[in-house]
This record gives sequence, C-alpha cells and structure tokens, in this order.
Amino acid sequence: MATATPSVDLSEAMITTVTPAADWVIVLPLVLALMGAALLLMLRQKRGIAPIVAMLAVAGIIACEVMLLAKVLQVGPVSMTMGKWLPPFGISFTADIFGAGFALAASIVTLILLVYVQGEREPGDGSDGFYSLVLLLLAGVTGSFLTGDLFNLYVWFEVMLIASFGLIVIGGQPIQLDGAIKYGFLNFLATSFFLLSLGLTYGLLGTLNMADIILVAPSANPAAMAGVAGLLLLAFGMKAAAFPVNAWLPASYHTPPAAVSALFAGLLTKVGVYAMMRALVVLLPASRDLLEPLLASIAIASLLIAPLGAIAETNLRRALGFFVIGGIGAVIAGIALPSLHGIGGAGFYILHAILTMTALYLVAGLIERLTGQTDSRRMGGIYAAHTPISILFFVLMLAAAGVPPFLGFWPKLLLLEAGLAQSGLREGGAVDYLSLAIVVALLANAVLTLIAGSRLWAHIFWRAGPEGELSEHRSGKLQPLSLREARFGLGATTVLVAIVVLAGLMPEDLFTAARMGAGDMIDPSRYIAAFGLAGGTP
Amino acid sequence: MDFVLAIVVGLFIATGSYFLLSRSLIRMLLGLTVFGNGVNLLIFTAGRLTREVAPIVPTGLDQPDGPIANPLPQALILTAIVIGFAMFSFLLVLAYRAYQSLDADNTDTMRVAEPEDSPRPPLSY
Repeated sequence: MATATPSVDLSEAMITTVTPAADWVIVLPLVLALMGAALLLMLRQKRGIAPIVAMLAVAGIIACEVMLLAKVLQVGPVSMTMGKWLPPFGISFTADIFGAGFALAASIVTLILLVYVQGEREPGDGSDGFYSLVLLLLAGVTGSFLTGDLFNLYVWFEVMLIASFGLIVIGGQPIQLDGAIKYGFLNFLATSFFLLSLGLTYGLLGTLNMADIILVAPSANPAAMAGVAGLLLLAFGMKAAAFPVNAWLPASYHTPPAAVSALFAGLLTKVGVYAMMRALVVLLPASRDLLEPLLASIAIASLLIAPLGAIAETNLRRALGFFVIGGIGAVIAGIALPSLHGIGGAGFYILHAILTMTALYLVAGLIERLTGQTDSRRMGGIYAAHTPISILFFVLMLAAAGVPPFLGFWPKLLLLEAGLAQSGLREGGAVDYLSLAIVVALLANAVLTLIAGSRLWAHIFWRAGPEGELSEHRSGKLQPLSLREARFGLGATTVLVAIVVLAGLMPEDLFTAARMGAGDMIDPSRYIAAFGLAGGTP
Repeated sequence: MDFVLAIVVGLFIATGSYFLLSRSLIRMLLGLTVFGNGVNLLIFTAGRLTREVAPIVPTGLDQPDGPIANPLPQALILTAIVIGFAMFSFLLVLAYRAYQSLDADNTDTMRVAEPEDSPRPPLSY
C-alpha cells in the first residue's frame, strides 16, 4: 500500500537519510551477542562447537567495541537511533567514553572467562545452555552501558537479570537454590523500584530519552524530581549492593561455580553503579546536589563496613564479596564529589573493579579446585605446593586495596584529590567536613582491605596447612591441578592479571580517558548534541 | 479519575510491600506481583487518562482529529507486564524447587548459603 506523498515536512521528526555504515558499530555488539545466544541455543546438542561459537561471537563484539571506543575518543559521544523517528520519539543508543570503555572491558573479561571455564567444564559441552546465557548476560550488560533511553535501560537490566538467574541455578545444588532465591527476589524488587521511578519520571517530564531529560528536568518541580532521584538511588543502590541494601550479595555470590560468580562480581554491580552515576550526575544534577549528604554517608558506610565484613568472614568467596561492596563504596564516593577528579576517579574505579574483581574470583576458583574446600580455615600450604597462584592472589589483593603501583591505586588517588579539593582544607577558611570524612574513609578502606586481604593470603598460602595443623611438611590433601585446569584456568587468569598489572604500570592513557569521560558527564552538551534531538540542536 | 487511580496505586504498593515483609516465599511472590501491578498502573496513570478515544489517525489526515489517548504508556506497560510475568514464573518455579530440595518455604529456615552457626573469625594473622 503506497501512501501518497506526505503533505508535511517530515525532516523535523523523522530521519530521512540512511544511517551511515560506521554508526552501526554501536549496535553491532548487541546484535552479535543476541544472535550468538540464539545460535548457541539451537546448537546445544552438537558437542564441541559451543565454546568456539561463543568465543568467536565475543571476539567480534570486542572488535566492534574497539572501533566504537576509537571513534568516541576521536569525535566525542556517538549516537544511533532505531527506526526512522528522531529522538526523543525513536529509541537511541549513545556511547560516550565511559559507556564504550566499560562495554569493552566487560567483553574482554567475558572472553577470558570463556577460556577459563574450559578447564572447569566438560570439554565442548554446551547442553545446559551455559554459553547462551553468558552471551545473553553480556548483551544485557553492553546494552545497559550503551543505551540512551531510560526505559531501554530497564529492558537491558531485565535481560541481564534473567540471564543471571539462569546462570546462578545451573547445576541445581541446594546451596545455589538458596542463593538464587535471595538474589532473585531482591534484584527483581530493585528493578521494580527502577520501573516505579521511571513511571514517575515520565509523568513529571513527559520523556524518557536521556538527552531530553537533561534539557527538561531543570524546569520540573525540584522537590518531585528529588523524590524520583531518591527512588533511582534506592533502585540502583540495590543493584550495586551499596551499604544498607547490600545483604543479598554476600548471601548469593559464593553459591554458583567460581566462573559464574566471577562474571557476576565483575559485571553486574558495576552496571548498577554506572547507571547510578549516569542518572544522578548527568540526568538529574540538581537532585544529586540535594542528595549529596546521603550519597556521602552511603559511600562512607560502604567503604568502612565492607572490609570489616571481609575480616569477619572465613568463607573465601564470601569475603571477596565484601571486597566488591567496598569498591562500590569508592565509586559512590566519586558520585558524591562531582568534580572532574571525582567523576573521573569513579569511572576509573569501575574499570579497575571490572578487571580486578573478576580476576580475584577466578583465582578463588583455582584455590577451591586445589584444596577442595570453600572455607579459608580448611585451606593452607598452597605457597609451597603451587607458588604461581599465590603470586596471582597477592598481586590482585594489593590491586584491590589500592597499593601503588597497581591498578586500584590510581582511581583512589583521583578520588582523594577530589575529596581534598572539595573539603577546602588546603585553601584554609571553611572546611567541608563531609568531604573530609570521605577522604578518611577512603584511606581507612585501603588499610582495612589490606588487612583482610593479607590475612586471607597468610592463611590460605603462607601457613603450613589447615587450621590447627602444625606440621612443617607439605599438606597431602592438596590436589594438583589437572592439565586442562592448569592450561585454561591458570592461563586465562594469568592473562587477566597481566592486564591488571600492565594497566597499573601505564595508567597515563587511562587518566586522559577518565578526564575526558568525566568532562562529558559534568558538561553533557556534547552528549546531548550527539543525539540530534527532533526540532534542531538545542 | 487520575486521583482515584493514584490512590489505588498507593494501595497496591502498600499491599505489595506488606506481603514482601512476610517470611513465606509464596507470600513474598504475591507481594512482588501486586507491587509490580501497582507500578504498571502508575505508569498508566502517569501518561494522563483520556477516555474512550483510540489513538488512531483517520485515513487521509496527517495527525489525529482532536485529543487522543496517550499510546506510549500502554506500550511501556505491555513490555513491563511481559517481563514481570517471565520473572514471576521463574521465581515461582525456583521457590517450588527450593521447597523440594531444601524443604523450606520459610526464609528463616533457608540457611544453606549462610549457615546459622557460622564460626567466629580466626584470631591468628
């Protein structure tokens, strides 16, 4: 049915030109991940090819994201709108430096993890849908990092959630079901809260497009917007496991196999805290200013309580779960200090946490393989039996605590700089005690994390054997890694740790990128311009 | 009409939250569903209500003839309902499976992942 030539000019509301081929790199990662997941589902009875297909798909995603990141670094944020309607009517995908960078880090981590699981799983077996679900999870994570629409963000959150539900129960052990129930209920509640604040945003502003929200929000009722921002803070705080709503994380992250919990620890909470940063710093900066004391208190509490939890915990992966929460506290500290250094530090910290936390859980998986135990009281003597693993764990523990020259030190340096600048201590005059408290909490977090981590290291690796064993002889209970485990498991972990170490030794480019990304977050004019809103550029 | 629906949304959210405070998994599930439906109703109301005018552009015109109902919230809710139903089904099966293998419907007795008599932290360094 050919319609007659329209009598109105459509160019104000519709895209009349074909999308340039180069813009497709922004949606191709998602297309590859979703198509790959569907293909793997169809191929799951065929033995041997599932891991290869999954790795090829992720490699393709990495290639697209490298191109995307190069483009963003060159020309600033890029955007592509689906369908023919211009935003705010069409749904946009928009990548800035942080979004593209985190998406790239997430897919690199996923590729390494796919290699790692070859040592754990039966060779070539994908019949339980594991590879499919990993790709779906990656699709959800990438979509959340790259979307430019609030409702679309909700959809990607749910994609991520249902994929993680599947991954956490694969195997069906009672402990997994227990963890899955706590994880499932609380995360579903968090996304319901997100949907609630989304509905209110739509009611108040009449739009859900991110660029449009930035433009319309200042004219809305500030009290109502602050309420919406508070709800968003609750929803994303629950997803990110920030202090008062963090209980689900140590209750569930240690229950699935180590590879799955590594994926969760590296990606899921980071998406939550990235969404918090995007919503509060970019979309609703006026409401963020109102919520600043609350944000600072949440950051301080998370920073202090998390490592104390790790000190009190004996289960290895549960203790690592508290490290994850501490990292979230550091990112929220950056959100509470909205300067170039603060936001840059928060973004840099997210990158560090994606790499380091995944690597820590991967090493924990190797330790559990080696000892056959999950509790650190029944581990010991690995230093003599398997020195490489002890070195990997030691390096990662220092990186997590933020000891120079490892990766965790640099974002914390930026955050400390931002806190000191905001406190006004150096200029003299009025002192902002809340910023000063954040600085103290960041330093205390580093010391406490170091205590918790080095004690774990001392117990698992340094002492002669499990608790109570006094023998100086090598413990006979350790099972050496099989050839597959050593080749794939240890190999993949070593590669990831090498990335962490190299990035820590050469942080110059990361600093530049963090500064540019933070600049686009604080002054989003380039970000808004990338959308090309209907009715001309603002 | 809007304010009546706003009150209903409040009632839904309150009921959902009350059920979620229960220790029984089935009640918690019901709570999540009621909560989710309250949220869907909220989005519906947030789009402003217009009675009995379908959002259809008549043939031969470029824009609708007079005010029409807002179609966007309906699209949003439809998505949210589908997603919410999928999550609900998964959690229902999960709760049943947990009841079978953990023999627990009460979250207080579900302590496999976090044992109740967890040991004291080691004192040695």
